[in-house]
Amino acid sequence: MNFRRALIIGLPYFWLLVFFLAPFLIVLKISLSDTAIAQPPYTPILDLSAGWQGIKDFVGGLDLESFTWLLQDSLYINAFLSSLKIAFISTFLTFLVGFPIAYGMARAPQGIRPLLVMAIILPFWTSFLIRVYAWIGILRTEGLLNQFLLWTGLISEPLQVMNTNIAVYIGIVYSYLPFMVLPIYSTLEKMDDSLLEAAIDLGCSRLKAFWLITLPLAAPGVIAGCFLVFIPAMGEFVIPDLLGGSSTLMMGKTLWIEFFSNRDWPVASAVAIILLLTLVVPIVLFQRQLERQQEASR
Amino acid sequence: MTEQGGTSLTGTHQPQVFAPWLDETAEPIVEFRGVTKKFGEFTAVDDVSLKIHSREFFALLGPSGCGKTTLLRMLAGFETPSAGKILVEGQDISAVPPNMRPINMMFQSYALFPHLTVAANIGFGLRRERKSNSKVKARTDEMLKLVQMEKFADRKPHQLSGGQRQRVALARALARNPKILLLDEPLGALDAKLREQTQFELMNIQEELGTTFVIVTHDQEEAMTVASRIGLMNHGDLAQVATPADIYENPNSRFVADFIGDVNLITGTAGESAQENGEAVVVFHPDGGQMNFNARSPDGIQPGTKCDLAVRPEKIHISPTKPESAANLLEGHVHDIAYAGNLSTYHVRLADGSIVKAQEANRQRLGNRDITWEDPVFLSWESGSAILLDR
Ligand SMILES: Nc1ncnc2c1ncn2[C@@H]1O[C@H](COP(=O)(O)OP(=O)(O)OP(=O)(O)O)[C@@H](O)[C@H]1O
Ligand SMILES: [Mg+2]
Repeated sequence: MNFRRALIIGLPYFWLLVFFLAPFLIVLKISLSDTAIAQPPYTPILDLSAGWQGIKDFVGGLDLESFTWLLQDSLYINAFLSSLKIAFISTFLTFLVGFPIAYGMARAPQGIRPLLVMAIILPFWTSFLIRVYAWIGILRTEGLLNQFLLWTGLISEPLQVMNTNIAVYIGIVYSYLPFMVLPIYSTLEKMDDSLLEAAIDLGCSRLKAFWLITLPLAAPGVIAGCFLVFIPAMGEFVIPDLLGGSSTLMMGKTLWIEFFSNRDWPVASAVAIILLLTLVVPIVLFQRQLERQQEASR
Repeated sequence: MTEQGGTSLTGTHQPQVFAPWLDETAEPIVEFRGVTKKFGEFTAVDDVSLKIHSREFFALLGPSGCGKTTLLRMLAGFETPSAGKILVEGQDISAVPPNMRPINMMFQSYALFPHLTVAANIGFGLRRERKSNSKVKARTDEMLKLVQMEKFADRKPHQLSGGQRQRVALARALARNPKILLLDEPLGALDAKLREQTQFELMNIQEELGTTFVIVTHDQEEAMTVASRIGLMNHGDLAQVATPADIYENPNSRFVADFIGDVNLITGTAGESAQENGEAVVVFHPDGGQMNFNARSPDGIQPGTKCDLAVRPEKIHISPTKPESAANLLEGHVHDIAYAGNLSTYHVRLADGSIVKAQEANRQRLGNRDITWEDPVFLSWESGSAILLDR
């Protein structure tokens, strides 16, 4: 009986240990190591056969060199700031696009709402990579967008969208839209229509009622949606790599280059650690918000 | 709302009778003129004409789905009539949007804004009037005091009990000092005791402020308690509009008699009529019975008309021995006794198998009762207590 209880309680911790803590510790250890032309490409390596002396050598070989390196080279700081900027702007853009969609869905007749939710989720059924590739076809110089705009006569020269930050914004907004729409939709859908009627009854215009009632009540959904977009956007690699081209600087991309092109595992690991630490703050905030929401909805 | 039927208890001092509806020339504060509301093919409100007067406490009563809420929502401006006009103080208000009407509504679900405090909820409508902060505060405090919620000003709605929420909703609806307050089943969520208490509070507040109240309820007792007049609806129609006493004593149809209170209905045919105390007393031949009864007929009735005789259980006297002189007499056996503390209702089975209910106050303790199950009993009532209802 006691063993079973221990098992039930222990299992999630075990899970965390295996799939989060152990990899994290490995990455942390690599970030404190030095590069080496070897297999694996870093030193020191723990040699338990050398006994106590082995452990001592191992610990002595660890240092913060990779981290100081990150601070010294402005490339990394720029990549970090650029990631932050792109994540912020694209989160805001996703909100601007997502809110009206969620609002429209929540106002739609009851019967077709599940269909609309389905339509929002449907793109997940195809590979994320393929969908991003599809955007290349749309955005490139001879792509569908430019062809269309040239055909309508709005522009006389093709626009350079591909390989700019704009393409990255489009890619992120497109890819993460469901994460914004669904939480907002779920708060709006729960909202009692009589609240709006009450506001109008008490002298509000429709617009004012939206501003004073709908928007504040949708806030938990908006906050959840923003975190759900911001957190993955911060570490996004595929979209800036495929759509952003060489000019776009982002943490995820830097990490990839350090790891695979430069084979500098310690620096790559240090970048990963920094990224994780910066994301811990919004993740904790997000958790707190969720808890507060549950508290309020009791 | 102390005077309802217009009868005064003391002969010398005649209180001012509140009955503006009797005055044909008085201008009503609200008037429905042939108002119809259709949802697609379905007619929710069917050609309703109704006048409600200033300072009235008007109750809309009726079974579920009869169109009470729809009628109220048209007055508030949330639904537009498919046909007909609604006038407030003589002005057609069809073009006035709901936020500009001098009408406020207390919602069935209360519809308190969950993200605002009690005080902010009450002040919400005042802020929309661009009043200064100090004025809003003063009025909010006044309202909090009116509903005795001063201590809860800073709470959020989810931190209140059902009864407290209901008071906040009332205060919020009253804060803008509307000419007309609409209440859609305001007490639906309260338990019996609190409900009764709140009914009296509502009546006091209404009297104090002089606002015209229109309340929707499907609880006939509530309507009888609070209202100056009751409009009883059925399938989108107004079946009868009258004071509580009138609608109880002089129902104009089988539906009204049956809906308001308990009633015994006996089918039969009307006979000859005679004048008695200025009212027509009609002989009634029940179907399949040998005995005839006498009953009132306020509207008069042609001899030979098929009709129902309605008599309230509490108007029927039950006795184990045959009463000396009774114009209306029935014989039967006690089938069942429903004990309700202060009252007992006797279900008496007649020779033809039908059941007639008679109600007596329990003046004696249960054990001392002289009537019990299967006893042969006599039922009698005064002719004035029975009324003939045209079908
Ligand atoms: N928006 C609507 N669309 C279609 N039908 C409606 C709509 N609103 C009300 N109805 C119908 O109109 C009829 C009257 O509804 P209403 O809400 O006025 O009833 P009610 O008398 O208030 O009933 P209750 O006592 O149950 O609240 C009902 O049959 C209802 O189904
Ligand atoms: Mg209703």
